[in-house]
Amino acid sequence: MKRPPANPAVSRLQYRTQTRTWIHAWLMLGPSLALLILFTHWPAVNTLIDSLYSTPRPRRPARFVGPANFEQMMADPIFWQAMWNNLWFALGTIPTSIALALLMAVWVNDRIAGRTLVRMAYFTPTVLPMIAVANIWLFFYTPQYGLLAQILGVFGITGPNWLGSNETALFAVTVVAVWKEAGFFMIFYLAALQTISPSLAEAAALEGASRWTYFRRIQFPLLMPTTLFVLVNAVIGAFRTIDHIFVMTRGGPDNATALLLFYIYQVGFSFWDTTYAAALTVVLLVLLGLLALIQYGVLERRVHYR
Amino acid sequence: MSEVYAPRGWGKVAETAGAWLLAIVWIAPLAYAVWTAFHPSEFSTRFELFAPLTLDNFKRAWEAAPFARYFLNTFLLVTGVLACQLVLCTLAAFAFARYEFPGATVVFALVLAQLMIMPDVLIVENYKTMNRLGVLDSIPAIGLPYVASAFGIFLLRQTFKMVPKELDDAARVEGASPMQVLWRVYVPLGRPVYIAYGLVSVSYHWNNFLWPLIVTNSVESRPLTVGLQVFSSTDQGIDWAIICAATLMTSAPLLIGFLLFQRQFVQSFMRAGIK
Amino acid sequence: MSNRIDRRTLLKAGSALAASSPFLAAPALAQAKVEVSFFYPVAVGGPITRLIDTYAADFAKENPAITVKPIYAGTYQETIVKAITAHKSGTPPVTSVLLSTDMFTLIDEDAIVPFDDFIKTDADKAWLASFFPSFMENSQTGGKTWGIPFQRSTIVLYWNKELFKEAGLDPEKPPQTWAEQVAFAEKLTKRDGANTTQWGLQIPSSGFPYWLFQALAIQADAVLMNKEGNRTAYDAPGVIEALQYWVDLSRKHRVHPTGIVEWGTTPRDFFEKKCAMMWTTTGNLTNVRTNAKFPFGVGMLAAGKRRGSPTGGGNFYLSKKASRAEQEAAFKFIQWITSPERAAKWGIDTGYVAVRKDAFDTPAMKEYVAGFPAAAVARDQLQYAVAELSTHENQRVTKALNDGLQAALNGTKTPEAAMKDSQAEAERILRSYR
Repeated sequence: MKRPPANPAVSRLQYRTQTRTWIHAWLMLGPSLALLILFTHWPAVNTLIDSLYSTPRPRRPARFVGPANFEQMMADPIFWQAMWNNLWFALGTIPTSIALALLMAVWVNDRIAGRTLVRMAYFTPTVLPMIAVANIWLFFYTPQYGLLAQILGVFGITGPNWLGSNETALFAVTVVAVWKEAGFFMIFYLAALQTISPSLAEAAALEGASRWTYFRRIQFPLLMPTTLFVLVNAVIGAFRTIDHIFVMTRGGPDNATALLLFYIYQVGFSFWDTTYAAALTVVLLVLLGLLALIQYGVLERRVHYR
Repeated sequence: MSEVYAPRGWGKVAETAGAWLLAIVWIAPLAYAVWTAFHPSEFSTRFELFAPLTLDNFKRAWEAAPFARYFLNTFLLVTGVLACQLVLCTLAAFAFARYEFPGATVVFALVLAQLMIMPDVLIVENYKTMNRLGVLDSIPAIGLPYVASAFGIFLLRQTFKMVPKELDDAARVEGASPMQVLWRVYVPLGRPVYIAYGLVSVSYHWNNFLWPLIVTNSVESRPLTVGLQVFSSTDQGIDWAIICAATLMTSAPLLIGFLLFQRQFVQSFMRAGIK
Repeated sequence: MSNRIDRRTLLKAGSALAASSPFLAAPALAQAKVEVSFFYPVAVGGPITRLIDTYAADFAKENPAITVKPIYAGTYQETIVKAITAHKSGTPPVTSVLLSTDMFTLIDEDAIVPFDDFIKTDADKAWLASFFPSFMENSQTGGKTWGIPFQRSTIVLYWNKELFKEAGLDPEKPPQTWAEQVAFAEKLTKRDGANTTQWGLQIPSSGFPYWLFQALAIQADAVLMNKEGNRTAYDAPGVIEALQYWVDLSRKHRVHPTGIVEWGTTPRDFFEKKCAMMWTTTGNLTNVRTNAKFPFGVGMLAAGKRRGSPTGGGNFYLSKKASRAEQEAAFKFIQWITSPERAAKWGIDTGYVAVRKDAFDTPAMKEYVAGFPAAAVARDQLQYAVAELSTHENQRVTKALNDGLQAALNGTKTPEAAMKDSQAEAERILRSYR
């Protein structure tokens, strides 16, 4: 709408119109904002408050305990393990799924044989429910007669007990997460690639740039906003993708695949220690907040002023 | 992309082979599900070309759980959430894109916070809220936390900002109210974004698991994913044949929808400028 | 459950009654209809839900004033989560079948009432006394009865008779002692270079390893917890010895797969002849019977210092938040469904152990056992059975043990260190309950 007039002699009429626009804007925002506050901001604040109390039990009401839950957390080996697991899970999923998504998009964007089929194959994981597919992956990972074991068997290799040993379990569930996400991200890259003007390629070719140089100097920088968007989603995914854990390992063996959100679920809904779960959630919120600051602050600037 | 850098000769062969290899890995779970669902259960671990075909697994799966009800629940959930999201996000996005009002920046930052702090993380508190509202174990309880979507508001705001101001002004000169302008000018121009966003929202809520698992108890409100989990978690060992049949059954609508419209989806993502 | 559904069911039932007979309609309307919602952990897809539905329908026929509405809620772990969530939010099911081990947790949450108030007549007392005592160990504490056994099980050994014959063993004789178990398993393990194509023995260790482990602990004559459920003895010498035996099976004797053995795939491993002997629940009997393509045997677990297995499975509980009328109705249903004939039928159809002695004297059960002697193994083993591990904050305290067991099985900790850590964690949690 109109900028507020700099002239101090604001006419009454203009002032009224301005007030009316404000009211309009707020009315349109209202419903969304109310719901966001109810289900995002207020619970986030409440989580912090709850984490300072003890869990109410029928015979022991909640009381203020200050940082006791956080002290317990610092001394809780499972919490630390979940943190490390989540770190490795994030490091395993984020770069891999983004790189694969980009590769898929570049491939599918070229005129390769059967690219419609290939594109469909890449995208199917997005439409399949993780909770169901996890059972299928469970079969792939089963020792002796599972699909992986059968394939490795052809080459005379005895595969490990993928989900059953501490060394491989986290890796195995990471692979499933990458499989699930890469195809989804591919769509964004694909859409972005198709909007890059062909004249840029021609110009680059005239300058004698190699394909790699063209990708590195032209395509990739132009895809930077997409990469940022995908990165945000991948980071969130690294903390949110836990459906398959329910089916495949339930956090085992010996917490080797316990991720932070899964541990929050366990503490909150199976041990009923709600305030300790709140304390764990606070950690997750702080982590996500920090990551958001890094992404919006540092990366956004780099994307724009390159 | 342009023809200039299209791979040729051996490069092309290598690229095609690579793409196909990855595609095979990516499709493997679905291929396995198809194989297993249509064969008797002893063939779920062994792959023989001439194994007998059967539809029995589908029959058993369908009878084993009230999937018809789960389908209905998921359908109601997905359409309800999408409809509310579209209306609320459109209004909010319009306000952010075309109105100047005090506090706009702060409010927008508050909205963006949800991009990172999504409802999935706040399960403990949101469960308490639903309890206070008295809507536990109902379909609205599954959908409510997602109805106001920062992602949707953000996308639509970007789109609306790109709408030429002249179109807006022209409509207003003709005496259209702000709502009419929104409906006649902005919404039609945002169509690709709506489609792209709709796809993301539908597939997300169709497959969402953790939150519905927590807030639902009964068959009357349970969506497909939770129903599937209830159905496949067993005390007596896994029967992949029946699980695969159920998996195919429950994801068939989305799979078929995507197969039919995949070109349009990609194009709408392209035009939506989500990049 | 939502009110909407209640009302609809009521309307439907009401109109059905009104339509069926003008004479019945008046008294039926005068007598308020009671609905008993019933959380049930469905352990397997089709057959069991259908059985329960039939029971509910049959009961409704005999008791028109009561409707039983089963709600299938997933695994035991998920059902307890659901039941407590529902309790906290104010509308819990009137009765639920939950793990017998959740008794202390449910008492602590103030979610259940004891059955003692409902047991008035001599017939009621006789009914209560008819259950196998080993099933009642997990159902009573502090002189009160909090749970009624229903879907109960123990662990038994399943063996593949064909593979026994191939290995030169008597296919009718399962191992009787720990030493024999190792010796048999060694004969039954087939290797192809570094690759093992067939394991001698498989004891699942995913999800709830504590249960299977408890059998080993009992056999080593160790006791995991006290009767009050506020003290554990995870680091007792017998417990460590039992764990050492389990670890040795895979790491020393190499007759048992290394790492964690998935519970869900173990029956399949058995059907695929990837393992010659497996430990699993008696509840798997019917499943194995239908899917094993070879003759198999079912036997008691081998003895260490003694024989033994923990009991397992679910009990009926009554919700504290239900009205007295609902509780009475649910009690009636529970008595009905645990009558000797029905307990027998339930055992025959599912493979779970019929929960009372006289069920085994019914003609149906006698005939079944005569044709399929394996069905009696679980009953015979009950005399050696011990209450399943159960304490206050059960989920957390058993998780402490589970983590330690998995660590030891995976070789990240020695059995002794692992059990010391588990005990320390359990001690921390339970301290406030003494």
